[in-house]
Amino acid sequence: MKPKLSCEWLHGCSGCEIALLNSGELLLSLFQQVDIVHFPLLMDHKYTDGAGDDEEVSLPEADIGLVTGGVGLESHHGVLKAMRRQCRILIALGTCAVHGGIPAMRNQWTAGCTMETVFSTATTEAAPVPDAVPALLDRVLSIDEQVRVDVSLPGCPPRPKMIVSVVEALAQQKKLRLPYKSVCETCPTVRTGKGQAVIRRGTAKPEYTPDEPLSRMRCLLEQGLLCMGPVTAGGCGGREVPLCLRSRVPCRGCYGPVHEGGNQLLDMMNALASNGIDYRTIIDRKSLLRFSGAHGRLRPEKKRRGGQQLS
Amino acid sequence: MSQVLTINPITRIEGHARISIHLDEAGRVSDARVEIATLRGFEQFVLGRPAEEIPRIVTRICGICPWMHHLAAIKAIDGCFGISPPPTGNLLRELCQVLAHIHDKILHFFFLAAPDFMLGPESDYSVRNIMGLVRSEPELAVQVVRMRQLAVAMLERFAGKAIHPVAGVVGGFARPMDAEIRRDLLVDGQVLLDFACQSLAFAKERVFSRFIEEMLSLGTVTTGFLGTVDAQGSLRLYDGLLRLMRPEGNFDEFPAGDYHRFLAEHVEPWSYAKMVYAKSWGEGFSLDPDQPRGVYRANTLARINVCDRIATPRAQEELAVFRELFGRPARGTLLYHWARLIELVYACERALELLADERIVEPLVYRAAEPGAGRGIGHVEAPRGTLIHDYTTDENGCITRANLIVGTTHNVAPMQLSVRQAADSLIRNGACDEHILNRIEMAVRAYDP
Repeated sequence: MKPKLSCEWLHGCSGCEIALLNSGELLLSLFQQVDIVHFPLLMDHKYTDGAGDDEEVSLPEADIGLVTGGVGLESHHGVLKAMRRQCRILIALGTCAVHGGIPAMRNQWTAGCTMETVFSTATTEAAPVPDAVPALLDRVLSIDEQVRVDVSLPGCPPRPKMIVSVVEALAQQKKLRLPYKSVCETCPTVRTGKGQAVIRRGTAKPEYTPDEPLSRMRCLLEQGLLCMGPVTAGGCGGREVPLCLRSRVPCRGCYGPVHEGGNQLLDMMNALASNGIDYRTIIDRKSLLRFSGAHGRLRPEKKRRGGQQLS
Repeated sequence: MSQVLTINPITRIEGHARISIHLDEAGRVSDARVEIATLRGFEQFVLGRPAEEIPRIVTRICGICPWMHHLAAIKAIDGCFGISPPPTGNLLRELCQVLAHIHDKILHFFFLAAPDFMLGPESDYSVRNIMGLVRSEPELAVQVVRMRQLAVAMLERFAGKAIHPVAGVVGGFARPMDAEIRRDLLVDGQVLLDFACQSLAFAKERVFSRFIEEMLSLGTVTTGFLGTVDAQGSLRLYDGLLRLMRPEGNFDEFPAGDYHRFLAEHVEPWSYAKMVYAKSWGEGFSLDPDQPRGVYRANTLARINVCDRIATPRAQEELAVFRELFGRPARGTLLYHWARLIELVYACERALELLADERIVEPLVYRAAEPGAGRGIGHVEAPRGTLIHDYTTDENGCITRANLIVGTTHNVAPMQLSVRQAADSLIRNGACDEHILNRIEMAVRAYDP
């Protein structure tokens, strides 16, 4: 019997699922090695048999479960708990599942405030906000804040080959090899140890010679561009150079902290200080937690200046 | 006794939704709803952020079409900062957009929709999927996987990150394309165009012809249509004028910046997704199945209906065949699939046109932008429909107001009507089974929500 694979998505964007599909022919080999028993994007297994307005989520048993997205709605609890109950090994796939991801940026506001803003945009009819829907939770949580997680595979999205190789290794009961370096440690740009003392706006562009490889470009942080490479888990480029750097743009931290439990905001402040860079020149410091706002890292501010909250 | 049937979740679509169908005592459908059960609140959490960062945040609205959000946001922020990219910057942006359309369409047609047609809507759920297709048509499946991979690889070769891209920047594009890469892309683009033409021929012969009755009837409703055209009325995906067509076929044309004069968003208590409707028709909004008001559709069928022509030869030939068969505007909901493959041909031809433009390898790819106060409205045609991003910035160039009209939301209201129509015609005397429910889902799948 082939190992069974079950997949669910919560508060995400389906980019992790598309990354899996982007693995190309590896995907075909994966189809041969596992039996997919539940995967809403690809197959028609339902939560219920369709009779009655039953809210109970029924999922099949599986050897390996993949969960993408964090927990952001009331309805996510039942699905996540059912996945944990039914899957022998549970993988948190992608940065949302592991650290909250971009959707956890809303943790800086209450759920009520977010609803108010979204349902009062310029083109929206005046109407009460929807109330016959699964409620928004006040905070977007990573899934390990709710259930035990066996393997964490961050990335926004995770590298396609990495997803397949982890599932295959688990299916064949082999030892896992996960990346452990930072983005900086996988980046070939030139570091001299002497950089700018300030961080410039994101509209500033790096200097480099277009025909030359990345290994001839000066480190972006040293050029005064905010690059989260020092405090971000690597692996996005595999053995090749990091993905954003290939376009000559700085890392924004999408794999989350280098070590689980790390704090990208504090770690980056330290990294800047040790490089003699004035952190006050960063216009939006909270954005250093753009991908890792779960685990209580981002919260609503108690007091806000007048115009800042919303206009 | 009255009864509620639920389909939870709707599967083989790219998001979270469920259907509930209410039956009265006599077993007749009294109401049917597609409920979109998720909200992340981008319009909230972009507030206060430096505007140039927005194109790297809003990509996460959708992992399937991140390029569309990336580019609509970049265009809007270009507007906020009062900058326009050099020609090469625009060419590179558009090339990314059409390449992203290519892999998206292959995904939707072959991975998500085709199993209903090729394995049959009544086949068992455990095989009615891409895995079943791999077993029953291995050669085709391998080709499909390879072609989709090729489109993604083309993007990665010059734009680095394909999912949640970073290569578009305010003022232009991050990096010039080198001549060698361009030569490779021209070769690969031709391979994709051949595949697109084969796919359409294959679908007409093996798929659509066997379901011609369903193509015309399942979920079919009378609505208006919204799409984008150039000054000659030709189909455009990257830029152009919005054309809003009434059910009778006459239309208004306007620049995206005027969207608020033509469109408004209706809120229902049971859906997080707002329902966009044609405010400019002056009839308000209603989902009454016998007399809907203000409802129009977006996405492939809409674009194929609103354009007068397609400016690339192969796609234009296919458009002529389509119009000959189904008229203009064509209404059959499953015709979305046919229109999708015509657009696939167009996207491949357009990619080759862009690559053939000598300017695409020029080194000047962006102009320096200066953060400041302003308002910008950016739009593109996303695979799922017309996508509009509207931002206002303060004097620091940080976001103070955001309004996003996402492709799928145009089709939320028509999907209600299509599901109601399908349920009305398929459920007799309260009798319903898994096969009927799947056919109702097929009406939703056509919209690729």
